[in-house]
Amino acid sequence: MANEPSSPGPARETPPRAGARFARAIRTKNLEDLFKRYRRPGDMAFAVLFFALSIGLLIALPWQTEWVKRTKTYAQPAFWPMISIIAMVVFSMFHLLGSFVSERIPGRWREVMQWLRSLEYAVWFMAYVALVPLIGYLPATILFSCAMTLRLGYRGWRWMLISVLFSIVVVVLFKSFLQVKIPAGLIYEATPAPFRAILMTYF
Amino acid sequence: MDMLLSGAEMLMRLDVMVALLIGSIGGVIIGAIPGVGPAVAIAILLPATFAMPPLVGLTMLLGIYGSSMFGGSLPAILINTPGTAVNALTTYDGHPMTKKGEALRALGLAYGASFFGGVASIIALILLSPVLAKIAPMFGSREIFLAALLGIVLVILAHRGQTFAAGMLAAFGIFLQTVGLEPVKYTMRFTFGFDFLNSGFDLIVVVLGLFALSQAFLLLIEPESAPHAQRIEGSMGRAMMGVLRHKRVAGFAASCGVLMGMIPGVGEFTAQFLSYTYAQKTSKTPEEFGKGSPEGLIASEAANNAVPAAAMIPLLALGIPGEALTAMMLSVFYVHNVIPGPQLFQNKLDFVYALYIAMILLNIIVVLFMLVSSNWLLKIIQIPTRFLGMMILVLSFVGVYSLRNSIVDCAIAAAFGVLGLILKRQNLPIVPIVLGMVLGGIMETKLRSSMARVHVPIDFFDRPIAAILGLAIGGLLIAHFASLYRERQNREPESAHDHDMHDSFTR
Repeated sequence: MANEPSSPGPARETPPRAGARFARAIRTKNLEDLFKRYRRPGDMAFAVLFFALSIGLLIALPWQTEWVKRTKTYAQPAFWPMISIIAMVVFSMFHLLGSFVSERIPGRWREVMQWLRSLEYAVWFMAYVALVPLIGYLPATILFSCAMTLRLGYRGWRWMLISVLFSIVVVVLFKSFLQVKIPAGLIYEATPAPFRAILMTYF
Repeated sequence: MDMLLSGAEMLMRLDVMVALLIGSIGGVIIGAIPGVGPAVAIAILLPATFAMPPLVGLTMLLGIYGSSMFGGSLPAILINTPGTAVNALTTYDGHPMTKKGEALRALGLAYGASFFGGVASIIALILLSPVLAKIAPMFGSREIFLAALLGIVLVILAHRGQTFAAGMLAAFGIFLQTVGLEPVKYTMRFTFGFDFLNSGFDLIVVVLGLFALSQAFLLLIEPESAPHAQRIEGSMGRAMMGVLRHKRVAGFAASCGVLMGMIPGVGEFTAQFLSYTYAQKTSKTPEEFGKGSPEGLIASEAANNAVPAAAMIPLLALGIPGEALTAMMLSVFYVHNVIPGPQLFQNKLDFVYALYIAMILLNIIVVLFMLVSSNWLLKIIQIPTRFLGMMILVLSFVGVYSLRNSIVDCAIAAAFGVLGLILKRQNLPIVPIVLGMVLGGIMETKLRSSMARVHVPIDFFDRPIAAILGLAIGGLLIAHFASLYRERQNREPESAHDHDMHDSFTR
């Protein structure tokens, strides 16, 4: 178990390299630290959000679940939602209290901004999802990966070529070879008959 | 013995062998790329394996699971960056060895130890299987309920320093599993009138969001990095043999891996912690640990690679996955209507053996591959991280969309992707959510069926296994609070700890 007494380990610092995010993975003081994870900036924000979610669910509990007559408590449809939501409320309350009494780590709002930045890529992903049934899997994948490559700042024909090749490999592997279920694009209907069947089945 | 042979016979098919080859080589490559790990790969490939026969799909996923740690030790040793979560401890001694100019020796020891741990654990489990087949039928509903509860308790307690967070996330997982139309009384739970919530949250959609999409988002919003490492020169085979000089440490580490792998909720990290502590305490040169000790490196790698085989035990024998990867594999069984549990171990022991033989083969394939490919792998891991993020997005799309061709699923997965990103950036664990979802469902059905014969609460523990499990849960809780008390007495200031991000924990 992790309850073992901590073994004295050596102190070790890895100087941060510019832009190398992975290098900072190892800056632990002793062995136990390697297995423990400590708070980061923004912990209070997440704790508050999660506590609010738990309370919201607790309030919704009576009208989102039912107590059925002539049924034992443990077999009630509301039993497990109740147990889990109560556990959520209790644990998230202590988690929030823990954040309250701990030293504040600067950089809370910068961290929250990072969370919000991920929404941009969620939108990109959803745009890709919306595009596939319209223009077909292969064209949508090529379009998406090339546009993303440009968005991420990779310039030059080599990156474009890599993106196009990557898209073709993915589509051929999953759709043509493994035959996963992805519907044919609407625009495939407009192609001449001999191609249409091939396009619809394999791309 | 007959069972073993018939198990081997099941594997003698072209599709199984191809799946094994793709899984094991693919696993090494995925493991070696810092930024993707087996969880991302398995989540993406899951829906594609549903169309395959169960053995083919499972060998491929097992291949990824079992071989990623081999690959993950390469960047851990050469560039101080764990390729997968469980190679973090390997950096501790592996990278200092590289700095001392012993990169080849370190890699050889890591591969050798991984191979030793992997094969030793599988042989131990093949020998143990007949015993397990006798014990498995003693697990009725209430024992399975208690084992699942033990899994939840352990996954919460195993996150030291974050037990409250792990608790709330496990409870959140249990809650997620209850959403939708409930199958006994046909009432709606937490659907808020939305039709798409009637069928609840699909485990695979959630897993893809939490593991794969979140990893893509994480890579995309971070600054670019492309790892570089020096080439390796020399004979890898001879370097691997070096592990034979440390058989005692490797053997102990492998046993830790087997034991910890079998207990749901704990796994590689605990096994590594125990074996590393043991290796350090019994070493003639304990001061070398953390500065490039071969024993430390072996303790880490032999322990983590012994876990996958053992982790299959609770999955196959009880239908209880102990961590995220086996939880994902459980859905492969469900899709094929094979419900793992005591019957599987009793009646289909050859299937279990087939999986174990596949794992031995996979270890051999990987070692042969590693003999020649380390320098080639070094080229592959140089993919820039943001480009890698884009690639994960494209691949995740196949995973989510091919399930039911549902745009709503994709939106749910994207939402969980953002949640996963926040959790990863907060150093909070993702595994409790996934285990909560899977074990919560098991607990709900098993509690209902087991309570039929329980009149007073103590009846619940009137069978030996149930009593043992009950005592284990009680004992663990007491031990946890006792250790908290001890810890409080020699507390360190908050600033003494490292508050950096450790996303490698949840890849």
